[in-house]
Amino acid sequence: MSEMRALLVEQLDRLLTEQGGVAILREVEGGTWPGALWAEVEGQGLALALVPEEAGGAGLGWGDAAALWHVLGRHAAPVPLGEAMLAGAFLGAAGVELPAGFTALAPAGEAAPFGRHASALALVDGTRVSLRAPGGATEGQNTGREPRDDVTPGSVTAEGDLPNGFGPRPARLGLALLRAAQIGGALEKVLALTVDWANTRKQFGRPIGKFQAIQQSLAAMAAEVASVQVAVAAAARAAEARGLDGAAFEIACAKVVAGEAATFGAATAHQVFAAIGITEEHELHHLTRRLWSWREEGGTERGWAQEIGRAAMARGGDALWPDLTARDISGVPA
Amino acid sequence: MRFDLPDLPDTRTLRAELREFLAEAGRDWTPETRARSWMGFDRGFSRAVGERGWIGMTWPKAYGGHERSAMERVVVLEEMLAAGAPVGAHWIGDRQSGPLILRLGTEEQRKRILPGIARGELAFCIGLSEPDSGSDLASLRSKAERVPGGWKLNGRKIWTTFAHKSDYMIALMRTSPAPEGGARHAGLSQFLVDLRLSGISIRPIRDLAGEDSFNEVTFDDVLLKEDDLLGQEGQGWAQATSELAFERSGPDRYLSSYPALVAGLSALGAGSEAEAGRIVARLATLRAMSLSVTGMLERGEDPAVEAALVKDAGNGFEQALPERLRGLLEPEERPENLSRMLETLAMLAPTFSLRGGTREILRGIIARDLGLR
Repeated sequence: MSEMRALLVEQLDRLLTEQGGVAILREVEGGTWPGALWAEVEGQGLALALVPEEAGGAGLGWGDAAALWHVLGRHAAPVPLGEAMLAGAFLGAAGVELPAGFTALAPAGEAAPFGRHASALALVDGTRVSLRAPGGATEGQNTGREPRDDVTPGSVTAEGDLPNGFGPRPARLGLALLRAAQIGGALEKVLALTVDWANTRKQFGRPIGKFQAIQQSLAAMAAEVASVQVAVAAAARAAEARGLDGAAFEIACAKVVAGEAATFGAATAHQVFAAIGITEEHELHHLTRRLWSWREEGGTERGWAQEIGRAAMARGGDALWPDLTARDISGVPA
Repeated sequence: MRFDLPDLPDTRTLRAELREFLAEAGRDWTPETRARSWMGFDRGFSRAVGERGWIGMTWPKAYGGHERSAMERVVVLEEMLAAGAPVGAHWIGDRQSGPLILRLGTEEQRKRILPGIARGELAFCIGLSEPDSGSDLASLRSKAERVPGGWKLNGRKIWTTFAHKSDYMIALMRTSPAPEGGARHAGLSQFLVDLRLSGISIRPIRDLAGEDSFNEVTFDDVLLKEDDLLGQEGQGWAQATSELAFERSGPDRYLSSYPALVAGLSALGAGSEAEAGRIVARLATLRAMSLSVTGMLERGEDPAVEAALVKDAGNGFEQALPERLRGLLEPEERPENLSRMLETLAMLAPTFSLRGGTREILRGIIARDLGLR
């Protein structure tokens, strides 16, 4: 991890440790805008992370972004920083300045995360990116009770086109990578909570974590947690090397693996936690409900798997290994 | 636990050489041969691989090696397995026995043994399990006693893969009794055993596929020389387990059934896309995880837990793969080579999560690292 990335990860982790948590999550899930926390996030310049340096941003890469998104997932962060970073990336790359305040990412035809709270919208329609005034929102939520609003874009403030490397569906790819990274972080936290519970909860005179059945389940979950993290890291690295569009295969793989792992990890955690884990009072559901939502957003595992499978079947069995290894990033231009 | 992605060198030339070589060498391989993959034993093929310099790749040239990088070595392993090459005659020597001798052997042992492995001429087997000691390996009872001028072996090893075809065994034996109530891992030592010695009898055990692939090996007053001890007396457990990260993280832990995917992919019909994509997504991810461990090993780190995790996840994948293909194609829809591979793999796949540490043992290692137990 680069020094810069480590610093940012630590900074965000500290901020969310101090100002995140179950109390504010409940408020945000109830419809409140976390104004103070957003002001802090914005003040630290985090929304500008993916904006190119020449456009006044930090000019970070997808690898740095994925590391930050992992932290967001681990904290079930109650702020739409990931989406705002994507909005900044797309606006910046299209030559549009990111305004102050919260600019919501609004993929054309899809719900805008936290759209009702936005002071501006970044409407992404294919490769066309426009900065819009908010023009009203029909409020909705996902299973994680995160705002997912149908927004009516208002007047155009500025607009531009994305360069070629973003490909024809930048919002879909960016969101898939974001959700996969968040799933990786949330699963890591769910695993830690579950291990802690297994070491604490006693039945039959000993902690349930002493039973092999529990150990085997949690070991299998650890393998899924690691799989997501590796798949996301590989996708982010591919995006850095080849752009979002050139990393479509790796991003698809990451979203498939993340979706499958979210399903398995949430189920395993709830099985180990038993009844206490499904109470409103317990913090587990803030993570598991988000896992169930994030599987659905930015493309499902089924949808992405169909894309991977269709291409692989068309190329045929003999091409699979050469194709896979040809994607290796060796620092040498392919 | 952490999995950093390694920087991969540009290995396109090496891959191209391997593909050309394997296309030629594999012209007459049957679907069964490809399905058996590294459980196939072909001395002629191993010698040809050795001639190309693809065994003992990372070892010093002084011992017949080629002083290439760990990543280049992995490229060779990947290409061999992706093609379903019968690499069994040199696999154990290249993966385990050779590196162990290089690290712990005497100069004489290195000079005597390593060049033969690298030429693809010396085949190794691993003597660990015994009739009463499987996953609980430290309970093993075969022993080596000191006698004037050397050692005397008595006992029995079982499930020893390819013992009947191998030249040497690296055997883990008890050299002093386990301390009463103490660490059972103490008092074990490793020996380099020439399988031609008198007093050794090797009885193949026919497996469910009708093949002789594993054996019972009996030691009856087998006399070894002083310097047949490998490494230090009493350090056998630490020595035998120190190589586990190498043994458990390689592409042989997720690619064992890969040739069936090659045979099946082109035959899949509409509606199979999602399942095919899930398979490919997992394949790509497991490969990245395995390469991550290779990178850590190359940097001199000790990714024992990460390796256990790669093996467990990889074994699950390679074990399920033939079943997933079965689920996508009715018997009459399967190309003949796929049908034959699936038949072989059904009988072979149960071993994937047994050999080299069972699923349950691996998950126990992961659980301990998580802070359970």
